[in-house]
Amino acid sequence: MPPVAPRSGDAIFANVERVNAELFTLTYGAIVRQLLTDLEEVEEVNKQLDQMGYNIGVRLIDEFLAKSHVSRCVDFKETAEVIAKVGFKMFLGITATVTNWDAEGTSCSLVLEDNPLVDFVELPDTCQGLYYCNILSGVIRGALEMVSMKTEVTWVRDMLRGDDAYELQVKLLKQVPEEYPYKDDE
Amino acid sequence: MIGVGKIKQYTNVLEKPISKGKQEVSLSAFAFLFSELVQYNQTHVDNISELERRLEDAGYAVGARVLELLCHREKGNRRETRLLGILSFVHSTVWKVLFGKVADSLEKGTEHEDEYMISEKELLVNRFISIPKDMGTFNCGAFVAGIVRGVLDGAGFPAVVTAHFVPMEGQQRPRTTILIKFAEEVLQREARLG
Repeated sequence: MPPVAPRSGDAIFANVERVNAELFTLTYGAIVRQLLTDLEEVEEVNKQLDQMGYNIGVRLIDEFLAKSHVSRCVDFKETAEVIAKVGFKMFLGITATVTNWDAEGTSCSLVLEDNPLVDFVELPDTCQGLYYCNILSGVIRGALEMVSMKTEVTWVRDMLRGDDAYELQVKLLKQVPEEYPYKDDE
Repeated sequence: MIGVGKIKQYTNVLEKPISKGKQEVSLSAFAFLFSELVQYNQTHVDNISELERRLEDAGYAVGARVLELLCHREKGNRRETRLLGILSFVHSTVWKVLFGKVADSLEKGTEHEDEYMISEKELLVNRFISIPKDMGTFNCGAFVAGIVRGVLDGAGFPAVVTAHFVPMEGQQRPRTTILIKFAEEVLQREARLG
């Protein structure tokens, strides 16, 4: 059977079932509020959001690969492009742009112009250290770890803190070779 | 630099124009998020009723905000004062905006005057959730019950709202019913209004 050509983000998004973004936004807000009430420390909430994102990412990658039919990415540059153009579009309906490649090609920035997670949100003074969208960094980290890339994802710019866009820095730490779950000689 | 930049920066979130509500995200994004909400709460509670209460509280916050948003956007800031009015607002407008369709049915309870039921064949939040047998009658629809309670409370109709599974003949998955029990003062007010 000839390999199926990879589908563009728009095509996949048009084909998946969709829900109102406001339900999504408000549910995420409820989650962050619950975490803030339970954990009280802003750093703890950041960590918990990242952990939740990680859990989502390891399952999201399966759906992503199944629906998008992308072939194996040749290098990290292609990976970043695929995440920005297909991944974000397919799940959140937004496109990101990839910028700021470093000299070795292991670190780049994903810039999001609009972000359905932060509609109607304003950070109060008591939560100034909070990375409200930290779940996204966990999702990317979890998803990439499942395809053998250990990465570090951090927020560079955050509109809720007064910047003009959302910018995530994705840094490839190392490629982990795939291990077989069983030994050959047993 | 003058003239550069596509997006106008709003210093205050209250100055941003309200979106039309047409933006969408994929169902799986919402399903993943909701499953994380449930999983997170599972680790923080000892029993099922506590879990249901936490989900309901999360939903309550959503409901309160949905009421504000929809009243402004859909109804031109008119508020419902009659019981049937607010029930049909929940059953049609709220459901349509949040879940993409009106609820399957709205019924008045036969046994008690203050009970109403909104039924749905399969709640959107329950679509990818299966309840293990040892959790008994737990229903993640408690989140939706919380949304309804938030809307009703904000609109001035305090009520106790719960979600129940109702097994249906000939169907594999049971139907979900949101049971709304209005507070005494609501019925008294309704009777006075005639």
